[in-house]
Amino acid sequence: MITMEKVCKSYRIAKRNAGFMEACKALFHREYEVVDALKSVSFTISDGEMVGYIGPNGAGKSSTIKILSGILSPDSGTVLVDGRTPWKNRIEHVRQIGVVFGQRSQLWWDVPVIDSFELIKDIYSIPNQMYRENLEELTETLNLGELLRTPVRQLSLGQRMRCELAASLLHSPRILFLDEPTIGLDAVSKLAVREFVKNHNEIHGTTVILTTHDMQDIEALTKRIILIGKGQILMDGTLEDIRRGGESIDETLAELYRSYDI
Amino acid sequence: MKKYISFFRLRLVMGLQYRSAAVAGMVTQFFWGFMEIMMFQAFYEADPAAFPMTGRGLAAYIWLQQAFLAFFETWSIDWEIFSDILSGNIAYELCRPIHIYDMWFSRNVGNRLARGALRCLPILLVAVLLPEPYGLRAPASIPNLFLFIMTLILGLLVLVALIMVLYVMTCYTLSSDGLRALFSSVVDFFAGAVIPLPFFPAGMRRIMEVLPFAALQNVPLRVYSGDLTGPELLRAIALQFFWLVVLIGIGKFLCLKAERRAVIQGG
Repeated sequence: MITMEKVCKSYRIAKRNAGFMEACKALFHREYEVVDALKSVSFTISDGEMVGYIGPNGAGKSSTIKILSGILSPDSGTVLVDGRTPWKNRIEHVRQIGVVFGQRSQLWWDVPVIDSFELIKDIYSIPNQMYRENLEELTETLNLGELLRTPVRQLSLGQRMRCELAASLLHSPRILFLDEPTIGLDAVSKLAVREFVKNHNEIHGTTVILTTHDMQDIEALTKRIILIGKGQILMDGTLEDIRRGGESIDETLAELYRSYDI
Repeated sequence: MKKYISFFRLRLVMGLQYRSAAVAGMVTQFFWGFMEIMMFQAFYEADPAAFPMTGRGLAAYIWLQQAFLAFFETWSIDWEIFSDILSGNIAYELCRPIHIYDMWFSRNVGNRLARGALRCLPILLVAVLLPEPYGLRAPASIPNLFLFIMTLILGLLVLVALIMVLYVMTCYTLSSDGLRALFSSVVDFFAGAVIPLPFFPAGMRRIMEVLPFAALQNVPLRVYSGDLTGPELLRAIALQFFWLVVLIGIGKFLCLKAERRAVIQGG
């Protein structure tokens, strides 16, 4: 169970105009602009739900994910994930979550994938039995096989993403955060990732929160959509709520963004 | 605890892979050591009475310094830590049930141990075979050997604790270049990496000896040949423990504050 209530978060960003004189001026006096990334965001997600969290770039998606995973602390508001406040007991909290950032890698570059998995096993203190079972299951469902013995730097993006997914699930987390997991993937890999996430959610009842710009991800995976724009929740409903007539899903979304002026 | 040992082990294994780097490093260190010894011997022969260390003590200092250079070199830095901070990849580290400080600390000790372990034996072997007065002789006594090993490890830990402060500061300044250049030259000078501390004028030395930098290589390299003994040695070891605790304390405190105000770079 995840609840966010009236969560606000702002960043201070140093700004200056172009030019040498401006740069010199900035040495002595910095001008900051406060950007509100989240303005009173509230929502509730129940156990086992699969939710698509969408919005244009800079809308506050990543900030929300980072707050929920305990990396960032908000300026105000309350957040409870299974009764815990993520940033207050970070270490307790992160034991129960798995995270995949599509644009970053959690695997160690120089060593075979299996070495990273072993390290993750030690980091999370995963019992041997559980580790073996999970590894076996993930190897099969994600078709890892030979990949496990390959150094990460020699994997293709699609292969790597499958390994990333496995890495984030080795410790059987109750909640899985996927931040743009299909970014840059080819059609086959995208389908494989979607298929896997869907099955995993159905079999294990893992709560999945997915951010993406790929509307087909949403279409394939989630019933519920939360739309965020300019730091505010604009809509919380189903795909059917926003779909109109015969338009493609991308057009529908673009229309929706325009109507909210985001 | 086991997870931190795993980081340490992974680093050790990775470090042992780089054989050609180790060979190149060893050759450089061997020539460097030889040059230094010849220079100091020239001074020694000019006036042995004015020399603050024994000839053997100095030879031991220089060869051990070269053999264990990887433990104490200030310019070798774990670049991954800087790039993790600057690129925002630290987000992943923060999503794990680990203390960032402890993880970086064990990784760094593992790195240095691996590099040192690969390089020290060949250099020691050659140094032992060199003729008087250039070679490395047996330690002053068996207890000296044990004290050497103990203070060597303590020195390594103090250095890593010192470097950790540098890493954590990067979370605040975002650019490590300036800090790093300053750090490397200051530490090398005050640690006795350029000129052993006994060669400094007495007044200056008294101040230098209580600074954290004197708790690094200065202690083990001088213990070996018996240059540092008695109450002076006890004080040096006590200072090593003292600085280890203080530096870890400062590093952990800054790290915690940095975690609280973390801003992940690059969205």
